[in-house]
Amino acid sequence: MTLDNKYGVPTVALHTHVFEKVVESVNRVHGMPRAPRAFVPQPVMGKTAEQLRAYVDGKDPLSGRPVMQEVIEGLTQPIDDSGVVSEIFAHAATPRLVDADSEESLQQLFLEKNWTDKLPIVLPTEKRVKEMLAHTSHKADEVVGHMRSTHFREYWEYTVEKVAVNAVMAGAQPEYFPVILALASTGVTARGSTSSSAAAMVVVNGPIRNEINMNSGTGAMGPFNHANATIGRAYGLLSQNGQGSSVPGVTYMGSQGNNYAYNNVTFAENEERSPWTPFHIEHGFKASDSAVSVFTGCRSTAFTLGVREKYWREHVRSMLRGLDAHSQPTFLLDPITARQFIDRGGFDTKEKLIEWAYENSLMAAKEYWDYQLIQNYIYPRATFGEEPYASKLKAAPDEMIHMFKPEEIHVVVVGGETNGYWRIMDCNYQKTVSVDKWR
Amino acid sequence: MTASADENLTVLNPVGYPPKITPKALAPRLDSLDGKTVYLVDPRFDDSGLFLRQVQSWFADHMPTVKTKFVEMNNVYTKDDPQTWEKIKTDGDAAIIGVGH
Repeated sequence: MTLDNKYGVPTVALHTHVFEKVVESVNRVHGMPRAPRAFVPQPVMGKTAEQLRAYVDGKDPLSGRPVMQEVIEGLTQPIDDSGVVSEIFAHAATPRLVDADSEESLQQLFLEKNWTDKLPIVLPTEKRVKEMLAHTSHKADEVVGHMRSTHFREYWEYTVEKVAVNAVMAGAQPEYFPVILALASTGVTARGSTSSSAAAMVVVNGPIRNEINMNSGTGAMGPFNHANATIGRAYGLLSQNGQGSSVPGVTYMGSQGNNYAYNNVTFAENEERSPWTPFHIEHGFKASDSAVSVFTGCRSTAFTLGVREKYWREHVRSMLRGLDAHSQPTFLLDPITARQFIDRGGFDTKEKLIEWAYENSLMAAKEYWDYQLIQNYIYPRATFGEEPYASKLKAAPDEMIHMFKPEEIHVVVVGGETNGYWRIMDCNYQKTVSVDKWR
Repeated sequence: MTASADENLTVLNPVGYPPKITPKALAPRLDSLDGKTVYLVDPRFDDSGLFLRQVQSWFADHMPTVKTKFVEMNNVYTKDDPQTWEKIKTDGDAAIIGVGH
């Protein structure tokens, strides 16, 4: 679109057919609803040259017309712009209130409008929203942030009141509101549209954990604590509504979906039982500060029991090697396991464990560069000279190279010490923000 | 607070505020591709380059008067690439980009 509009070069975009509604929507919000495009069947990835040539020789699966005829016409036939303005502005308003109706009808309306996570919600009446708003010093009309479902879409804006509406819908207590506002202020969506079906993860640190009775112990990542459950749910609802929508096939393209997204793996770090520095202090806060950290890209989890005396190194290496090379590993350690890592490896700080994990997650260069995600997202950066990828690209095919960067590896302590189970979550740390600012 | 079955409730809309959208003009289309240079722009995503090579092959077979140039974007497809766009504007007449999402 940039090439066509900004540089004046007639352009046709080719897409796979499952992205039809996404393409329509993106073209519209970028002000070019009639931008020429043609579609070929999904997938392109993994097809042979012959199979791809058959796509090119074949018909657009949506229009039924020859693909190349559409391409040629898109470059040579005048485009009718009539009606474009009204088409673009059809959606450009969000009323504050929904038309009054019965509780049952409103529950149905919210469901049909895709404003929920398909579970029943608490209806955001003015009274409930007002009660939520009473737990922050910030004004209802203050803009908290902007979100979008993916990098090529448009940012939407939300206010303190919009965050409160979604917090009520999630069933959150008003006392949780500063944490939810802090999450909203990150601008990091928990409803990313990535076809990889990623969810978010939320870690809460500091005094607020105990003030609102969050769980950092037994069952912390499960459905057993009201604050953990509803703060994470509120973050998800705020994300999908604050960014306009999260509708499969249009603004959500996660191929398989992700059950983690129901409450975005929201828990408190077990600071009291951890032998190490709390996560928020590692990121510039004081112990007396309350803060919340956001991770995205949660998809896969590796787990094991304990840190064995003889072969713990091999076990942990295998867990790290089991991740996609484009992952970022976060160790989620029960306090029992955290202490075992100190006993086995002498890791008396998180940093020492992270350094060990970095040095021991290795892969042959030929294998690393063959990963599809590495090809999509790292290889172009390497060819552009970005380090450390450019140096990795120079490695001989069988040379062992690092899978991750040290700053991509994190450690959080959580669990109730019923046993020494622990996990490595594949997720990308985004940021840590103040909760206190939103009280 | 529980509403009785026949009581109407007033509730707030949870959806955020969309950005203002400005309609943008598309470039004038060409009269014909004969003798023109068409850039095939590879966003380097999921074997897109291999696909565009087949588009290039199609032009060679069916429209040999069209000159095609294959170009990879300079970085991942999520980044703008003014260097490549300038090159296409200077040296080309049209572009085909794909396959992306």
